[in-house]
Amino acid sequence: MNALMNALVEFGPDLWKATTDTFLMVGVTMLAAVLLGTPLGVLLFVTGADGLYPRRMLNRVASYVVNVLRSFPFIILLVLLIPFSRFVVGTSIGPKAAAVALSFAVIPYFARLVEQNLRDVPRGMIDMAQACGASPMQIIGKVLVAEALPALLGSLTVTATGFIAYSAVAGSVGAGGLGDLAIRYGYYRFETAVMIWCVIIMFVLVQLTQLLGDWLVRKSDKR
Amino acid sequence: MIELTQVSKTFEARGQAVHALLATDLTVPRGKVYGLLGFSGAGKSTLLRLINRLEEPSSGSVRIDGQDLTGLSQGELRRARQKIGMIFQQFNLLSSRSALDNVAFALEVAGVPVDERRRRAREALNAVGLSDKEQAHPAQLSGGQKQRVAIARALSTNPSILLCDEATSALDPHTALSILRLLKQLNRERGMTMVMVTHDIKVASYLCEHAVVLEKGRVVDRIDMLRPQPTSLLGKFFFETAKGWSDETVLPQEDT
Repeated sequence: MNALMNALVEFGPDLWKATTDTFLMVGVTMLAAVLLGTPLGVLLFVTGADGLYPRRMLNRVASYVVNVLRSFPFIILLVLLIPFSRFVVGTSIGPKAAAVALSFAVIPYFARLVEQNLRDVPRGMIDMAQACGASPMQIIGKVLVAEALPALLGSLTVTATGFIAYSAVAGSVGAGGLGDLAIRYGYYRFETAVMIWCVIIMFVLVQLTQLLGDWLVRKSDKR
Repeated sequence: MIELTQVSKTFEARGQAVHALLATDLTVPRGKVYGLLGFSGAGKSTLLRLINRLEEPSSGSVRIDGQDLTGLSQGELRRARQKIGMIFQQFNLLSSRSALDNVAFALEVAGVPVDERRRRAREALNAVGLSDKEQAHPAQLSGGQKQRVAIARALSTNPSILLCDEATSALDPHTALSILRLLKQLNRERGMTMVMVTHDIKVASYLCEHAVVLEKGRVVDRIDMLRPQPTSLLGKFFFETAKGWSDETVLPQEDT
């Protein structure tokens, strides 16, 4: 117990820095998921064989790109993206660079979840909207996304909690963050107390994310 | 006036051509109520959905009040559809919206300004007797109430035509009758032309002036419901079952 308290005093600033780094990485990642993963997921669904606007070639290409990105081991993706990260955020190490790589990982992942969530919207809703004379964009916005919103928020929650843990892997490019701190101090330097603190903080983050997500899902779900 | 001339529909399923509807004519004069009768898979829903081009006809033409729908661009088609109301077996209400906002959906996509669409959505809800359920979400409504909201949505744009796809099949008999009464009232008061798909002869007997009997993608009988004289086996079967089921009822052959 004492050791834990001492570690908190001694490594407090490191823990704080690691927590904010994790926040930054996961925050940027979630932004990428929503802003880029969602449209990609919509594209996958809409151009699919039984989607609103079947476009075979476009769908195949999008699906192929998603699968390629999804099959990369994350570490390799990190390394491959070094030049790109340097170009986008001006550095190939640290939380910003890791956020670039994490975004590349999250976009295809979230897109597949979005695709699945949209597929679960009853087909009759699209018939109804078309019969009312709705345009494709109206159907996507007012019907598909609106009806899938609780499911989409659920997917976003799963993604966020998953990527809090995932961001630890990014430690291998000196990304910073809680996972990185846990490995560097706790594992390599036998500062078990620091490792325990890291795990506790990550647990709290995951827990809070889940609670927030569940609350949003409940609020949006009128079924 | 709805005029379908030699419309056909062929699907491609697992590399095989499936003929859902073979060259069919259907004319529904303004203000009349027509029933499309048949078993599942007979092509009656396909025929109905060709009227507002939810299904693209493989051949033939679809005319609504003289306008050829088959030649329209996507934008023109959307505007034409706003003049054709449609209701469904599963109601298809948006679960995320209140009853009022569900009704307003049809006006929203038509680009009606927000104040006006509120007013008109209220009027429509009032016309189906649900003024007190404005703020209720679909999950809080009974099946009959959901279908009333769906009817209000279809009415809100003042269409001259209403398409009903098994509109009462998911409802218990007494709720079904109350919905059919509402439809009859709408036909009488507003002179709405209606086409309804049903497998229930009672629906057709109550509401329709004419019934078109379909079997395996073709029309096998056209029956004047005021003086019904079915000529086909299937037509006769439907009228037989109207009297109730019995051991003597002759089942139409599955593969005629």
